[in-house]
Amino acid sequence: MIQKRLLLGDEAIALGAIHAGISGVYAYPGTPSTEITEFIQLNAPEVRSRWCTNEKTAMEAALGMSYAGKRALVCMKHVGMNVAADAFVNSAITGINGGLVVLAADDPSMHSSQNEQDSRFYGKFAMIPILEPSSQQEAYDMMPYAYSLSEQMRLPVLMRVVTRLAHSRAGVATTTPLAQNGLNPDSERTHWVLLPGNARRQYASLVEKQTAILQSAEASAYNRRCGNGGAKLGIIACGIAYNYVMECNAMQAGIPVLKVSQYPIPAEQIKALAAECDSLLVAEDGQPVVEEQVRSLVGGNYPVLGRLTGDLPRMGELTPDNVGKALGHTSAPAFAAAENVVPRPPALCQGCGHRDVYDALNKVAAEYKDARIFGDIGCYTLGALPPFRAIDSCVDMGASITMAKGAADAGLHPAIAVIGDSTFTHSGMTGLLDAVNDNANITIIISDNLTTAMTGGQDSAGTNKFEAICLGLGVEPEHVRVVVPLKKNMEEITAIIREEIEYKGVSVIIPRRECIQTLNRKLRQKRAQE
Amino acid sequence: MKKDIILAGVGGQGILTIATIIGDAAARRGINLKQAEVHGMSQRGGDVQSNLRLSTDEIYSDLIAQGAADLIISMEPMEALRYVGYLHAEGCVVTSSHPFKNIPNYPDEEALMAELQALPHTAIMPIEDVAKENSLPKSANIILLGMAAKYIEILSAEALRESIAHVFASKGAAVVEQNQRAFDLGLNAVK
Repeated sequence: MIQKRLLLGDEAIALGAIHAGISGVYAYPGTPSTEITEFIQLNAPEVRSRWCTNEKTAMEAALGMSYAGKRALVCMKHVGMNVAADAFVNSAITGINGGLVVLAADDPSMHSSQNEQDSRFYGKFAMIPILEPSSQQEAYDMMPYAYSLSEQMRLPVLMRVVTRLAHSRAGVATTTPLAQNGLNPDSERTHWVLLPGNARRQYASLVEKQTAILQSAEASAYNRRCGNGGAKLGIIACGIAYNYVMECNAMQAGIPVLKVSQYPIPAEQIKALAAECDSLLVAEDGQPVVEEQVRSLVGGNYPVLGRLTGDLPRMGELTPDNVGKALGHTSAPAFAAAENVVPRPPALCQGCGHRDVYDALNKVAAEYKDARIFGDIGCYTLGALPPFRAIDSCVDMGASITMAKGAADAGLHPAIAVIGDSTFTHSGMTGLLDAVNDNANITIIISDNLTTAMTGGQDSAGTNKFEAICLGLGVEPEHVRVVVPLKKNMEEITAIIREEIEYKGVSVIIPRRECIQTLNRKLRQKRAQE
Repeated sequence: MKKDIILAGVGGQGILTIATIIGDAAARRGINLKQAEVHGMSQRGGDVQSNLRLSTDEIYSDLIAQGAADLIISMEPMEALRYVGYLHAEGCVVTSSHPFKNIPNYPDEEALMAELQALPHTAIMPIEDVAKENSLPKSANIILLGMAAKYIEILSAEALRESIAHVFASKGAAVVEQNQRAFDLGLNAVK
């Protein structure tokens, strides 16, 4: 018996990429994608794998590695696609040299996210092939396939997964690793210099490739029909939706299933299924991307059921329960929901420096009638919950600084921004330059815990550089203040916050104390070594 | 044969270690496994759960359907109750009786325990006290695994015991011995 390796979906993707001969992985941490890069860092020293400042720098560096002829992987959570979008969409126009796979990990049900946008829209928008594995084994197997597809089509390939695949473990059988590509820089400048004249030719070439991309999807082993037609209902099961459909015994019920894991949608296979059935159910995790396309494919009166018709819920992830319901299964749980259960929301750790920052901020903010605190994305977003209830907004990476600036422009005072160290270098620095250039009357707190804590303690790009960055961007030296967020320093911290609120211009306060999780981990490691 | 298990607790209580041990035992015996975990924001002191599915046949869904779980293994009594809707009529609940109170509105303990004990099949023990009494303060989760061993069935207690050795091997023989002792404490406590 060949023992399979138990791998998270993320780890299966990482191992698949290593075995596909990648030379580099480029990523910014983001749930549920983080473990891909971590696995490569731990297991493949021959692959370049240092964390990037944000998803856009990651995407561009990966495109550069592809330009030089080698295979590259870029990973991000779904909202990271918004940050990388400029580079991502244009990488379809330039095309690629070495294979390039963009991995987007979507988070339907928003377990750790602020929306549930579906990255398949981005793939369709950029007009490139999309792969969506249904299992950990398929995620592994698809990586070498994705790279050869990318090099064959000379286009980046988008692989889309969801939380339930990324963070679920299963046995994976592995194959022989491929060697890395050699250095082979592209010399075709007309492909890469996207002046309008070149870009029009490249776009025409991308449009022309659509036929081949569609043919590849129609013929793909990842799009396959299970069961015979002649039934009332047929199911199109995309990505992991296939698992829920199979769990609900669709085959045993004589319902034909078209498993879809490669896009564009295999139009001929879908039309054939539609012709054999009276109606189609589209089961897909995320937004009704395929459902909309199937509707226009089969035409006006043909019944297409799914999230748009309410047969499946309009939002939230699929489950065996809601798919079962769509298939007409009725099941009453054996036990009703318990009475003595209340929600247990996450909270900032005991001993976390962010706690002291919010204690100080709340104390000072209470002295101003109109004080508003613009938050950002990270552990410190938990400052929105009791007992702190400290922040008034949290929108996207870096928005604390720029929203505070806009509100200050409108006359709000005091406008305070709270942003973490990693989020500041990800997308806060450019906003700070805007604020400095406009002499905005804002107070910025860069709560520096020396790590990217929310995602498990990855290196933070700006560690030891924050004062220099702020001074370099033009913040006045006397208004860059560093404090240590501890209870015993509360008087000093609140005094400094007051002073900087009263200063009419941009000030930056940097409370700096190591993340308690990272610190404890280091202490444990040290003790283990002794 | 199949066994659908929900592991529950509060972030940091060690339910993923339990999952790792069961996973190791399953992989070594060619039992199919799928295990959905919770990562990210909820690990910061919030409720965490893992759907662990074991089967001799192919497993499709990563998630367990409502009313289909054979077993709930929980490090915390209220967290055990949170998932009773997933339990089938003859399913079992193996849980710590020690409440973890990091919220201001934790329910009345007596009412909570009464609701738990009203379920048809339960094994409830103050595992943290047992761990302390036996000088095994870090192994409460392994005591719980020992209590659950009888109900896991698809894997023998001996297989789980062996996997404790594999999973803790990198931490040295003393840690392996402590955890196997913890496992036996749990195993022998359930008749």
